Amino acid sequence: MIKGMGKLLRSIFLVDLLQGMWVTFRTQHPKNIVTEQYPAERPKVAERYRGAPRLNINPENGETLCISCNLCALACPENLIVVTSERNEQTRRKELITFTYDTSRCMFCGLCEDACPVDALELTQDFELASYSREGAIWDRQMLEEGPRPTKYLA
Amino acid sequence: MADATFLDSTELVLNMGPQHPSTHGVLRVILKLDGEKVLGADCVIGYLHRGVEKIGENRTYQMFAPYVDRMDYVASVSNGLGYCLAVEKLLNVEAPPRAQAVRVILTELNRIASHLLWLGTHALDIGAMTPVFYCLREREYALNIFEKYCGARLTTHAFRIGGLQYETYDGFEEDCRAFCDMFLPRVDEYEELLTGNRIWIDRLRNVGILNIEDCKAFGVTGPVLRAAGAKWDLRKAQPYSGYEQYDFEIPIGENGDTYDRYLVRMEEMRQACRIIRQAVDKLPSGPIMGKVPKVMKPPVGEAYVSIEAPKGELGYFIVSDGSTQPYRLRVRPPSFVNLQALDRMCRGGLVADVVAIIGTLDIVLGEIDR
Ligand code: SF4
Ligand code: SF4
Repeated sequence: MIKGMGKLLRSIFLVDLLQGMWVTFRTQHPKNIVTEQYPAERPKVAERYRGAPRLNINPENGETLCISCNLCALACPENLIVVTSERNEQTRRKELITFTYDTSRCMFCGLCEDACPVDALELTQDFELASYSREGAIWDRQMLEEGPRPTKYLA
Repeated sequence: MADATFLDSTELVLNMGPQHPSTHGVLRVILKLDGEKVLGADCVIGYLHRGVEKIGENRTYQMFAPYVDRMDYVASVSNGLGYCLAVEKLLNVEAPPRAQAVRVILTELNRIASHLLWLGTHALDIGAMTPVFYCLREREYALNIFEKYCGARLTTHAFRIGGLQYETYDGFEEDCRAFCDMFLPRVDEYEELLTGNRIWIDRLRNVGILNIEDCKAFGVTGPVLRAAGAKWDLRKAQPYSGYEQYDFEIPIGENGDTYDRYLVRMEEMRQACRIIRQAVDKLPSGPIMGKVPKVMKPPVGEAYVSIEAPKGELGYFIVSDGSTQPYRLRVRPPSFVNLQALDRMCRGGLVADVVAIIGTLDIVLGEIDR
């Protein structure tokens, strides 16, 4: 009986709705605002973020770290890495000639960077990979080493 | 629906979807209506078919792991766990204890993330606009832990066959504990918004009832089955990945209606927090990768492993012919099986409730169409 009365009063005074409204009202406080203003405010992605690929170079002599072993290309489920190399007749070592990486088909799974024995290929924190054309999504060796070239806007 | 062409003058066939926002993707439902009443519902699926099983048969075992994330993309970690466990069973290896504990933590975090997305969109479908913002806000914390751990937020590829690729980052334990501390009061907050709300109750109670017999007949699993009153949870029934060490309850409902399913999922989020806390507290140290060969050639044979994904029983059946690629790979997605009960749940109800019922089934079309 008393329980029934309580229920009736609660429904007359719209307790359930007011309770909900109060939850909404509480989040008005400026310190509870969590929206990120993306282009103005850069998000800080995690250290391990798997974003744009990079082919590391040795900072001392500017030579590539890649030993052209082709393991990354073999590990990739999408077969999107193409490595070409040539044997240097003097040093008897394989030297990297071209390295293409098609970001349009990449799913950023990280298998290629796990496969690389010398940590030459790495997925970095750069997450803005849009380009104006399909060709722009195919990264060549220079782009992989220096980072993407800034987009040229039409005047 | 072969008889749909012979309509009474009062009957109407209505196409819902595939672009309907409340079908959670590209589901098309052909509804046969008599005024407001639903006489039958027929699902047309396949708009998102990518041939994932076939892709699996053309990739080596390690290479296929990232693809399973793209089936139930809301709970990608669970998918990865199921696949890794299935291949591990074929290879007859087991992940080391530390890897198992980390797997449990991440899977439970993913369960919370998945339920949060479900809650937000389900409420949005029914007309409660507010919860979705709060749900996505909290989901962000879980996704941030994934991002810090493995470098991706949605399609994580967090586990590898035999264990883990990445060691936990510094502050992983603290992040998980902080998440639990922050999250439990937030669940109460959602309940404050919804559980007692009269509109919410009116829209959900006694809508889309699926009793326990029907659940068994359709093979429905997960929260939908538990809301009907069955205490069936694979984490308890066939513990995997060390779930037997953790103490948690299986919430069950009584009526098997949409409101019960809502309550069951809310309680499941709390229980998931409980598991995360326990797993973090006794996170063992040690190696994270088991002894697996670089070139995986499982012996000839087959393995079926099922886990309790957020949406129900997720099973992987793999047949090996001794080569580096599976001979056959079959996935038993929970959403696909649960969706089959849609007609039973909608029949006799009102057309406005169809949206609520699709929402409560918690389907992901990526998993249904594969
Ligand atoms: S991240 Fe994955 S898909 Fe992309 S290139 Fe590396 S292995 Fe291939
Ligand atoms: S695996 Fe590393 S070293 Fe080998 S080809 Fe690829 S980037 Fe170069």
